[in-house]
Formats: sequence, structure tokens, C-alpha cells
Amino acid sequence: MISSFEEAIKSDKFIITTEVAPPKGTNLEKMLHHIDILKDKVDAINVTDHQSSVMRFPSLGGCLAIKEKGGEPIMQMTCRDRNRMALEADLLFAYSRGIRNVLCLTGDAVPVGDHKEAKGVFDLDSLQLLMAIRQLTSGKDMGDNELDGAVEFCMGAIVTPEAQPLEPQLIKFEKKVEAGAQFFQTQAIYDLENFASFMKYARKFNTKILAGIVLLSSARMAKYMTENVPGIFVPQDMIDELSDTPKEERLAKGIEIAGRTIATLKKEALCDGVHIMAIGREEVVPDILKAAGL
Amino acid sequence: MKSITKQKPIEEIQNLLQGMDKVFVVGCGTCTTLTKTGGVEQVEAMKEGLQEMGKRVTGGTVIPTACDDMTEETMKENEQYIRNADCVLSMSCALGVHQLTLYLDKPVIPAVDTLFIGVEESPGYFHEVCSQCGQCILGETAGICPITACHKGLVNGPCGGTNNGKCEVDKEKDCAWTLIYNRLKEQGRLDLMRRYQPPRNHHVTLKPGIIKIG
Repeated sequence: MISSFEEAIKSDKFIITTEVAPPKGTNLEKMLHHIDILKDKVDAINVTDHQSSVMRFPSLGGCLAIKEKGGEPIMQMTCRDRNRMALEADLLFAYSRGIRNVLCLTGDAVPVGDHKEAKGVFDLDSLQLLMAIRQLTSGKDMGDNELDGAVEFCMGAIVTPEAQPLEPQLIKFEKKVEAGAQFFQTQAIYDLENFASFMKYARKFNTKILAGIVLLSSARMAKYMTENVPGIFVPQDMIDELSDTPKEERLAKGIEIAGRTIATLKKEALCDGVHIMAIGREEVVPDILKAAGL
Repeated sequence: MKSITKQKPIEEIQNLLQGMDKVFVVGCGTCTTLTKTGGVEQVEAMKEGLQEMGKRVTGGTVIPTACDDMTEETMKENEQYIRNADCVLSMSCALGVHQLTLYLDKPVIPAVDTLFIGVEESPGYFHEVCSQCGQCILGETAGICPITACHKGLVNGPCGGTNNGKCEVDKEKDCAWTLIYNRLKEQGRLDLMRRYQPPRNHHVTLKPGIIKIG
């Protein structure tokens, strides 16, 4: 049986995904609250996997919580912390518990996180992880041993349309498509002209593209991301729009910008959907959807 | 090939030498001389430092190449000074420390940390270029090793942390995959980047590596 999310990406509907971040600790209250307010408003919810290499409650645990609440999870899986055996085992477990969607990522580098001396594993990369899932789907593990019960996942990956230089990213994107990535969630995009030119290229491939929408909550954040986060470019007029807004209204402005961007993407049918990342302000995702007219 | 080393903090050396008052110092005329971490000058400076620490230095020498079998000879030549010492402080790389322990019954204490095998790209700048993985991929990556030059050791292209040709872990460091891309493009061989590289075999030589050649 295919997942409701896979059904959605096989349809013509404009897909909406968002994400929740597991807590640092065992107090799940905030994450569960976010799941409650989001699960019926989106097609699926990603659960991040120690995002930015900061140790947290696991993605798998967050996905199970979404399942328990009747939602549709996308398990983010990075290659940073587990070797191929551990990744395969977690995939078997996830499948046995009803998780059907996996987003395959290489993972941030260890030194950018909060366990700077830990060993970065990277036994596989994002592409090899996609291939590993294909192998598990065929009924065999990566050692070519028979499985007693295979898996079946809807597989996704990421792409950074604003990366410089872009061509190496696109080559990898194409390798991921060939490996069977059914959907892509992009790094945050703000410049719709740039994104449209990326989509003109990406449309040639048989996969669904969900544009990454990261909520801007201040001009400072927008400027910081442009200067420091690889592959993110916020146009100056958008930064000015935020800095011209009184401080107490900046979050509302950020919601308006995100909503406006989503509305344009949908209206102009630029891509197949959006992936909304509110980074710590998940409770405003419904407001973003409202601002987008969804 | 050079073994790139860095002197340990003096406090750590002092700690390692606890309870050992008489010290014989050994440097190496090859790698640690080139990296200025264990040549004649550094051995002399170490001897002075040890004396300031209150140690008695029974002698010192710089072996031509600490990791080869001439080390035994040099140790024999210095036997009388080494006999009077409680330990030997080695300013060679870890390979030299290993070699010294084969010929000495005294403790051999490393004064340097061995960082990587590298080359001197420009005076004083040493770059790690090979991880000795046993499955050389350089023929497909324009001579730039992604196992070594990419922080994550990725073999299928860049990650999302690539930033205008630099790496997310350090703005001073080049993104290996941008370098590889540029060079393959120049050579008209970008098709190599489109190849799927399967997961690596981490046991090409079963660790610890022991191999008979010839």
C-alpha cells in the first residue's frame, strides 16, 4: 500500500509539507503540540535528524509520534551518524512501524554542531542511501543477503538551486533522480526568477519538486542567511522590506512574504509544491498557509 | 610524502614525563626537520626547555630517517647516553616512535602529534592529499582526492554545504568537489562526475595493514 503522501505526489495537487524539530531532551510537549496543529493542514511532516549536527531526540521517534497521532511523517535520514548497517536497521524498523516516506540527506558536518569532537561517519552519502533503500526494497540488504520481509518507501532527496557553482549540484541532482528519488525538497529559495530558471531545467526530469520556504523573522536573519548559510540568497529588496517594517510587525511581515511566495509559486505553477520550514516557529505555519490562500 | 606533525603542548609533554627526570631527546632528519617540529634546532630548543623544567638531559641526536632500520644503528651509537636516561623523548612522527620502541627497552615518549600524510604546497603550508584508503579514485576525480580533500569524504559530488567554492566547515578551505568539477570541466571529462560511485570498501586491507610485497 502506498502512503498518502506518495498518493499526493502522484497526483496533480499542489503538495504542502512542513517540518517539526525533535527536542533536546525527553520533553516532547512542544513537538507534539506542533504535530497536533500541523498534521491535518499538510500532506506530510518531515522530522529533522539532528539538524545542524545538534544532538536531539531522533527523527525516527518523532515520526512514530506523528503516526500515533494519525499524521503522515517523512523521516529525514542523514548519513552523518550511522554506518550502512545502522541505517539499514533503522529503515527496517521504520518500515515495520508504518513509516513510508524517507528523505535521504548526507547530513551537515559534525564540527558545525554541538558535539564537535564526534566522529562523522559518512559511510554512505545521500545518493548511496537512495541506492541502499532500492536494494532493501528488492528484498536484499547491502551485503546481498536475503531479507525476511522487504521495505517499500517513497524516497526523497534535496537540491540547492542557489548553490554556486550550480552545475556540480545539478549533476548530483540528476544522479539522485536516476537513483529513484520521487520528490525533492529544495534548500530555501527567495528569488523567484532564479528559481523559475532552475525549474525550467528540473521540469525535464520525472520527479516532483517542492520549493523550500524558510520563514524570515527579521532583516538580520535574512542578511545572516545570505552571508553565512551555503546556498541561500535573499534578494536585497526582501531584506529592505523587512527592515522597513516596525520590529513588532516583522514576524507578520515574514509570514506575509512566505505566504506571498507560496501563492505565486502555486498560481504560476512554477513547481509541484512547497516545503515550509518555520525553524522554531512551527506554530505560525497555519498562518503562512492562510496568507498563501491555502 | 611527508608525515606532518605538530608539537604537543609543553604541559602535556611535562605530564607524560612525570617521574622521569633524565631524558634523551631524539629528532628526525626527514619529515619533522621539514616541518620544523623535530630537526636540529627544535631538538636543541627542547633540550633547553626540558632543563628549564628541571629535567636532566643526558643527550640528544637527530636520526637521518627515524622510521627506517638505520635507527637501530643510531641508538647503538648513543647507547651510553640513553643508558643514563629514564626515557627517550621522540620528536619524530609516530612511525619513528614505533621504530624506536623496537630497539630500546626504555619508554619512548612522543613530543609531537602526527596529523596526516601531506605535501608542502607552499613554504610552511602542508596539505593532506591522500588518506591511503587502498582504492585510489584519483583517475576519476582529476587527481584530487575527495576522500581526503572533502571534509565528509564524499565520492558522488558536492553536498549542500558547498559555498562559492569553499567548505561549510571552514571558509578558508576549498570545496574539493568544486576543484574536481573545475578541473574535469577543463579536461572535458565531466561525464566522470555523472558516474555512480558505490559505497567504499573500508577493509581493502584488513586493519592492521600487513602486506608482503615481492
